[in-house]
Amino acid sequence: MKANIWYGREQLRVENVPDPKILNPRDAIVRITSTAICGSDLHIYDGYIPGMLPGDILGHEFMGEVVEVGPEVKNLKVGDRVVNPFPISCGACFFCQQSLYSLCENSNPNAWLAEKLWGHSPAGLFGYSHLLGGYAGGQAQFARIPFADVGPVKVPEDLSDEQVLFLSDVFPTGYMAAEQCNIRPGDTVAVWGCGPVGLFAIKSARLLGAERVIAIDRFPARLRKASQWADAETLNYEQVDVAQALEVMTGGRGPDACIDAVGMEGHAHGVFGTYDRLKQALMLDTDRPTALRQAITACRNGGTVSVPGVYGGFLDKIPFGAIVNRALTVRSGQTHVQRYLKPLLELIQKGSIDPSFVTTHRLRLEDAPRGYRMFRDKQDSCIKVVLKPWADVPTVDADQVQESGRILH
Amino acid sequence: MATDLTQQGLGRSRQPHSGLAGPGAPSARHGVRGGLARRGPAQSLEGGLGWFSIGLGAAAVAAPRLVCWLSGTRSPTLMRLVGARELVAGIGILTQRDRTPWMWSRVVGDTFDLAALSVAFTRGSRRGRAGFALAAVAGVAALDVLAAVRLTGSTTGRALPAVSGQTDIYLERSVTVSKSPEECYRFWRSFENLPRFMRSLESVRHLDERRSHWVARGPMAMRLEWISQITADRPGEEVAWRTLDDSGAAHAGSVRFEPAPAGRGTIVRVSLHYSPLGGALGAGLVRLLGHDPQSSIREDLRRFKQVMETGEIPTTHGQPTGRRSLLGRVTRQWGLTS
Repeated sequence: MKANIWYGREQLRVENVPDPKILNPRDAIVRITSTAICGSDLHIYDGYIPGMLPGDILGHEFMGEVVEVGPEVKNLKVGDRVVNPFPISCGACFFCQQSLYSLCENSNPNAWLAEKLWGHSPAGLFGYSHLLGGYAGGQAQFARIPFADVGPVKVPEDLSDEQVLFLSDVFPTGYMAAEQCNIRPGDTVAVWGCGPVGLFAIKSARLLGAERVIAIDRFPARLRKASQWADAETLNYEQVDVAQALEVMTGGRGPDACIDAVGMEGHAHGVFGTYDRLKQALMLDTDRPTALRQAITACRNGGTVSVPGVYGGFLDKIPFGAIVNRALTVRSGQTHVQRYLKPLLELIQKGSIDPSFVTTHRLRLEDAPRGYRMFRDKQDSCIKVVLKPWADVPTVDADQVQESGRILH
Repeated sequence: MATDLTQQGLGRSRQPHSGLAGPGAPSARHGVRGGLARRGPAQSLEGGLGWFSIGLGAAAVAAPRLVCWLSGTRSPTLMRLVGARELVAGIGILTQRDRTPWMWSRVVGDTFDLAALSVAFTRGSRRGRAGFALAAVAGVAALDVLAAVRLTGSTTGRALPAVSGQTDIYLERSVTVSKSPEECYRFWRSFENLPRFMRSLESVRHLDERRSHWVARGPMAMRLEWISQITADRPGEEVAWRTLDDSGAAHAGSVRFEPAPAGRGTIVRVSLHYSPLGGALGAGLVRLLGHDPQSSIREDLRRFKQVMETGEIPTTHGQPTGRRSLLGRVTRQWGLTS
């Protein structure tokens, strides 16, 4: 099969590798019909995620058709159309039983490695470093899904791939970020970053009853999406002082909840921005927590800072004094996707939300390296890239794929 | 050698050696003991030499010309190399559990330095300084030899789990499993199941009600067999055993199954008690458990939990990958990543 393989910083190649096989009784194999590039994949692309090895297959947002099941998988059968959550979860351990699926105790074969870095190990993830299991990812034509009786959700035929594909990660991730804000009537939620996770957080905050949502980014196209799709007010941090603007907009009190949907590669101007870039370049620091600092500082007293953005290591200059003295609640975590699959699928079916809105580019799997570059550099107003692993085979949408490999939305 | 060199973490040494006692002393059950080894006065010489190495090394790397001038030698490049060697030796002595090879590396280095300085003394242009340096190195070399010989003769400098004198090793690790104590006990008590989650075990066969035959495989095609006898068997609570023969795997062990509070499953505690010295008695086991026996037991317990809770052990062995670099192949070969 073809797969998108990481060989180092900014080095991706789509190559032929052997097809995956069933390795354990609870495995299933899916033939992938759609797979996406996640913002967190860009951290790998840029070389900031530790524990990657050259030869790793990337990708953790995928869906497809079940083509083989292990003897212990009773709830799926060959031919089922499924969306797969990015964390791998056993469904039986202490954490899975509390629906904290991304903390599964049993799914990371390299748990000891993660323990060295973080103290304890979270769940294994698809295509996200050997610290998190070293599982082959889903930017490929096939994938093996461990604990397939727990993860994948069956999706009805009347919904298109792109309406349900983002259930694998970005939609639940944005939703959990908003849910963690414990939104009450009248609340204002500020969201840093209007990539896919930020957009879903904005939309979800609206669905959960936020009075106002303020979107912060520097790309007009992304801010436009936020205001069109979720009626958000927008701030371009290259044009205004975000802290001051938020204060004015919220009657001097600050937003009730702040969401950092940026993560470890935040951009900033001025002294702090240069300082973070320098430290990260010298490998003195693992993350550039620009957005996180702003979110903490801006949040109202007793408010919530929700962090769906990915951070990996040890962060510098975090104003913890503000958290203590102003009684802030900080909530984070990799998304417990399995918990949200069914309720969010229902929202899609009801028509409350159409996730396909975030897609801007559709490419063939072969064009994955180009897709990463485009997404990273926001070329052509790129927000979300969906890859079609079988697009050059006449059975799937072949007529829709133009020569450039791109379809205008 | 009055050194109290204990295992990391929960490991604990007990004195005096009294043969293999029954399973775990209750007093050792709770809390973290051990930690870093205390270094007695005997080690201050090695420590001093380690720091001396670093000081000299730093000087030679940073200011090779000055050190050349002081010692009456000529090649700054060579001096930098000498400095790098000193730094490596110093760091080795100060940070590694087994200081012995690092101390000997200093002796080898001294020999080289003495030879080089002799040349400078006999042929060089700054004979006075070279002579002074020669005398200084000879003095340090004498101390190095003294320290190296002393380390080699003792056990304190060696890699764990070689423990000084007549001490035993007592290890304990635990894991919480979302199953009842009875289920955990039943699976464990059928010893044939153990190789499913204990990586180094090849097979366990019941001989009769109390005795069983164990076969294990270790590194370098090592094979170890022994016969164990059950010393305590309380269904749903505990199994304890000890080895019967002196096959090189002599040990006593126990596994206890305690209900976790509020129906949170079972805390499974494994303790292992063996004597790494005293002849070949425990030597095979030492090799089997590797340089970090705590982790070996922890990984086995993790797999026990996985089998109990999920019915399988998660793996990536056999999945497709792109071309691996040498590093990737090596880490996999060593079992560092799966």
